[in-house]
Amino acid sequence: MTRDSRFLKFSAILGFIFLYAPIISLIVYSFNKSKLVTVWGGWSIKWYVELFNNQQIIDAAMVSLKVAFITATLSVILGVLAGYVLSRMGRFPGKMVVSGWITAPLIMPEVITGLSLLLLFVSMEKLLGWPSGRGITTVIIAHTTFCMAYVAVIVQSRLAQLDDSLEEAAMDLGAKPHSLFFLVTLPIISPAIISGWLLAFTLSLDDLVIASFVSGPGNSTLPMVIFSKIRFGVSPEVNALATIMILIVAIGVIAAMWQMRKKENVL
Amino acid sequence: MSNVTGTFWLGHYNTIRTKFNLLKSIRWGRLSVISIPSVWLAIFFFIPFLVVFKISLAEPAIAVPPYTDLFVWDADNAIAEIKLKFGNYLYLWEDSFYLDAYLSSVKIAAVSTFFTLLIGFPMAYYIAGKKSSTRTLLLTLVILPFWTSFLLRVYAWMGFLKKNGIVNEFLQAIGLIDQPLQLLQTDFAVYIGIVYTYLPFMILPLYTTLEKLDGSLIEAAKDLGASPVKAFFLVTLPMCMPGIFAGCLLVFIPAVGEFVIPALLGASDTLMIGRVLWDEFFQNRDWPMASAVATVMLIILVVPIMFLRTGKNEEKQ
Repeated sequence: MTRDSRFLKFSAILGFIFLYAPIISLIVYSFNKSKLVTVWGGWSIKWYVELFNNQQIIDAAMVSLKVAFITATLSVILGVLAGYVLSRMGRFPGKMVVSGWITAPLIMPEVITGLSLLLLFVSMEKLLGWPSGRGITTVIIAHTTFCMAYVAVIVQSRLAQLDDSLEEAAMDLGAKPHSLFFLVTLPIISPAIISGWLLAFTLSLDDLVIASFVSGPGNSTLPMVIFSKIRFGVSPEVNALATIMILIVAIGVIAAMWQMRKKENVL
Repeated sequence: MSNVTGTFWLGHYNTIRTKFNLLKSIRWGRLSVISIPSVWLAIFFFIPFLVVFKISLAEPAIAVPPYTDLFVWDADNAIAEIKLKFGNYLYLWEDSFYLDAYLSSVKIAAVSTFFTLLIGFPMAYYIAGKKSSTRTLLLTLVILPFWTSFLLRVYAWMGFLKKNGIVNEFLQAIGLIDQPLQLLQTDFAVYIGIVYTYLPFMILPLYTTLEKLDGSLIEAAKDLGASPVKAFFLVTLPMCMPGIFAGCLLVFIPAVGEFVIPALLGASDTLMIGRVLWDEFFQNRDWPMASAVATVMLIILVVPIMFLRTGKNEEKQ
């Protein structure tokens, strides 16, 4: 089995077809005129028109975007601190525990995270009177908790790649700890911060299970509305929505790649 | 003379003072930087598990929130009462429904992990063998679906596997089947869904180990007369073990607790523990039972999670 054998090439191609065929069919059928999702009735954009007239979806999208924006920002702040603490602050008591807590939310089944946070919020409300009821705030806290883990891991691996000679030089030249952090460390890890923010934003926008547990009535997020629509079958409006979301992400990722390649060429 | 000594002492005093101030600022800064993320994680990640365990020992009640208190303070007799009900755990053990759900989740997760490895390995191997620019492109193609909505990707398979969906139409068109097959709402669809959504989690760690693989060892094996197949199984595969291990755990652990995939693609009798927990909570409104289910699931998952962590630490060293 050499690395460029036909078998490898064939299975890689099959693998990529497996990854992309469902997405492509979803996009194609969003332009289908027929209500029956699989019967082709000619090209049409009527599902897009219906999508933008669906107030329930628009409202949910607004809630989700708001939650995702705040979550991503909070996650970056906490995640950068956590990543920095774990890779640059040496030993401290409880380091093993904190590093375990940081990676665990990444693989914890969502039903457990969701249930446990909901029970925490309910108990806290009973004991402290806060948070009163559940809503956007509780969703943001829950999302931040698992998204900061992703940011921390990204930042940590970026810091591990860079040796700390720049930081040491700055320290030798008399930089105080906070100016060292803001003037030296932060600029070097800025690519990791940007990708961490984007990842946190996407993950928050996408989460169904945790939001279902911790959100209150009247604060349904977009995935919750989508889930209730598709639970019992396919809905062409959702195809249209999916196409828009997939295209935005694809354009974003391709733009980021292109930007990075340009930078590499300059350097 | 005394003047010199004076300056000396003053200078010394100043250095000591600046050092002390610096030390103080570092200590406080350091403490707050360490404690902000740690405290957040302690409150919103660790304590919730204790709360889950606590509530799993309560009983459901018609109240807000819908469970009984564990601590009851009897003011008349000044007696504090602690009521711990282990009934939920007993019930989990006695009712074969739950045991079956746990076993079936582990089985579904294990089988899907195996197929994810089977599909992911050749892909990772192929990508790692390409030149740098192609590699970046192919890796982006692997990661891109991960950035698009998980829910919508599972939904895409609903349209794909339906009775009059594309797969059935295609199989009928090439004459392989006469009648459309029941693909959606089967265990088969759940396997496909898990393999599909978790494939990037398998490919990335595999790719990382394969990329670092020392090609000269494989060459050496071949020069010494090993057939390509033998060289693969005796040299390449053992060297990839850390990546295989990490990839499998990254797929297996979340797959055990999966809810969305069995809910959308599975049959109504596809038993998975994530779904059982969801139904206990949202349909039966039995919070203590849902907590007991979660606690046991966590205990089952602690071992693989530990394995993942020790594997990572060894890799670092």
